[in-house]
Amino acid sequence: MNDNNHDEPGHVVPYKMYVRVLVALLILTVTTVWVAQYDFGVMNVVVAMVIASIKAMLVALFFMHLKYENPLTWGYAIFPLILLTLLIGMLFLDNPFRVS
Amino acid sequence: MNSQTGELAGPPHVHHMDARTAYGAAKLGMWLFLGTEVLLFGGLFAAFAVYRWKYLGEFTHASKHLDWRLGGLNTAVLLVSSFFAAVAVDAAQHNDNKKVVRNLAITIGCGLLFLVIKYIEYSGKYHHGLFPGTAEWNSPEFNESYKCFFGLYFAMTGLHALHVIVGMIVLGWVLSLARKNRFSRKYYTPVEVGALYWHLVDIIWIYLFPLLYLVA
Repeated sequence: MNDNNHDEPGHVVPYKMYVRVLVALLILTVTTVWVAQYDFGVMNVVVAMVIASIKAMLVALFFMHLKYENPLTWGYAIFPLILLTLLIGMLFLDNPFRVS
Repeated sequence: MNSQTGELAGPPHVHHMDARTAYGAAKLGMWLFLGTEVLLFGGLFAAFAVYRWKYLGEFTHASKHLDWRLGGLNTAVLLVSSFFAAVAVDAAQHNDNKKVVRNLAITIGCGLLFLVIKYIEYSGKYHHGLFPGTAEWNSPEFNESYKCFFGLYFAMTGLHALHVIVGMIVLGWVLSLARKNRFSRKYYTPVEVGALYWHLVDIIWIYLFPLLYLVA
């Protein structure tokens, strides 16, 4: 699993990368506030959620070291997201066709 | 991984685990727990989606009562706190317990700042009668859709704030271990696992902020 060049159990990431990720996260936060002043209609939520997901991915991949994890951990990380997609996806199939 | 056929030592036991396996198992356990956290908040996000569908115009109007500047500031505060939590892990990986203490102290400080800003927001809502139990809230003119929006707002941000408090306690415990020089590049599991929890709290806020404050 790990190469034997070092004896740390986990993966050591260069410090600079954390700084780069933080800068990217802050830029994306400003971006999401900035685009919120424009009206894209129904796409407003989509744009906001796409930016939020890019930010979440950056945090997971680099701050949480998911990028360097084994397939089992990836499975643990992705499985609840599949369940959540199923739940919210079904809601969007159901909701518009309801007659209240 | 350890399937040497000659070994018949019985089922694996904590004391028989080598350090690397124990580290991996602890991390995997935290990821599993984080999965349940995603589903816990996921239920609330689903509820928000349903009611936003039902009261689209009213939700848009109600969310204008939230101050995006305070929400945005809190987003930045949590992102910075996550950065320092990640740097604390990096410090532990370099045998630097002092730096672990310093970075975790900044992380916890950011968590406290987040809660102070949240308190300012909550008390503002209270004074404007946008808080469950106030006279305005209970008056018949107070719209059902407003109750829905602010009910979800307080449930989601309240549960999130609770997680911030728990995260601060967990990282405070890790900090106390670092003060006793417990960590080294060979053993820093509590730092890594505590930071994982903190990062998830950050990720949840990353979604809460645009959904509640911006999408209007």
